[in-house]
Amino acid sequence: MIEIKNLTKKFGSTLSLDDVSIAFNQNDSVALMGANGAGKTTLIRSILGYYHPNSGSVLVNGLDPVKERQEVLKNISFVPQLPPPIKLSIDELIGYIEVSANVKREQILHHANEMKLDIQFNMHKSFFKLSGGMKQKLLIAIALAQESNIIIFDEPTANLDPKARDDFYRLLEGKQKDKVLLFVTHRLEEVEALVNREVYMDLGKVVSDEKI
Amino acid sequence: MKNLWLIAYLDLRESIRAKWFLVYSLVFGGLIALFFIAGVTESQVMGFSGLSRLLLMYIQITIIILPIFILITTVRSISGDRDNHILEYMLSFPISLKQYYWGKVIGRFITVYLPVLFAMVIAIIYGAIKGAEIPWAIFFLYTGLLFALSSAFLGIAFFISSFVKSSEVALGIAFFVWIFLLAFIDIALIALMMQQRFNEELIIGIALMNPMEIFRVAAISLFDPELTVMGPVAFYILDTISQILFVLLSIVYPILVGLLFAFLGFRIFTKKDLV
Repeated sequence: MIEIKNLTKKFGSTLSLDDVSIAFNQNDSVALMGANGAGKTTLIRSILGYYHPNSGSVLVNGLDPVKERQEVLKNISFVPQLPPPIKLSIDELIGYIEVSANVKREQILHHANEMKLDIQFNMHKSFFKLSGGMKQKLLIAIALAQESNIIIFDEPTANLDPKARDDFYRLLEGKQKDKVLLFVTHRLEEVEALVNREVYMDLGKVVSDEKI
Repeated sequence: MKNLWLIAYLDLRESIRAKWFLVYSLVFGGLIALFFIAGVTESQVMGFSGLSRLLLMYIQITIIILPIFILITTVRSISGDRDNHILEYMLSFPISLKQYYWGKVIGRFITVYLPVLFAMVIAIIYGAIKGAEIPWAIFFLYTGLLFALSSAFLGIAFFISSFVKSSEVALGIAFFVWIFLLAFIDIALIALMMQQRFNEELIIGIALMNPMEIFRVAAISLFDPELTVMGPVAFYILDTISQILFVLLSIVYPILVGLLFAFLGFRIFTKKDLV
């Protein structure tokens, strides 16, 4: 599904990804780990088509995410580490996702409900004004409602309380089939039960890649 | 297409709720209200009275404040979203960069243009109620000129926004552009050129490249092409080019400038790293 070959990405003189080659296939549930600055976020952003590589290539389902971003992103869900301060109301944000990603509103509301997030009474509230945990729950609900075959979670449980984490894990159970799940995390124990592969990065390189 | 209008609509909704939009609308609406309260329509200076005089004053103030308002509020449109990771999230959905960028441009254009237009419409309605004669020619000219000026500075702002990584730097550049163009309108321009003894073609050429100067000359020219407040460059331009041709130029040229910069901004937006 995701094939990265000899990918190098520099920012000025800083080498963020150094000749990285790795593939993520169907049914891979991956914990992507490494210290700050190891290149995890750069790798994810390259998969999402945000960066133009200095050399090498990224293919998602055989497509270049920079040149064919719309086709590629139809199959990817993404939950960022920190919810961005989006000023749109929840209703408008869901409207944006409904139209751009062709996701049914009911699906988002259903997953929000599963995450114990009651948004029916907050639909006209700005997303920005929700609590950190509520924002993260909504972003997770949106990602799961998309039913993409690649889901990328960047520290998904950072803002969640233990109960919400349990809800998140419960929701993900049974969702791994035929998908690629990528969890960027510093704490393996948080996603240990969900992953079947551990990838460690350091100084822009993949230093360890093990199946569990 | 639906994504383009969706982005435009959402940007419009977001802007209307923002505090800057409230201030922006109050400034232009307030100006018109202030002119009425101050009795501008009843006064007569240099032959102008009634709504014509009010619109003339409005447009003279607009020349100065509209560009900086547009630059400051728009320049952070993309760079601000990039700064606070909104762009990273919003572009993780299958939306094309073309739809995202041009949707933002359309949304922002409506946001910046409507308050200045409404302020003039309010003036016309209030004037009509008071029984004043409506200067339709001036009203339509100013509507076109404001459209053109808004286009020019919106395009420049999106151009800056597309390549600047931080919104603080974007604000700094926007302010510099405004000061630079302001410095090169008529009096300041001619003083500088005379001091350096540049030839007149160069002076006129520079003046004609500046959308603020074109706007200024066109706005005042309808009243009296020989008006002393116009300045020597404006007088020379109107002496050389026919008034109708110049009015057409003053509307078409800034729109083209805006489109050119907006397209350049789009090229940069698609060719550079997005976040």
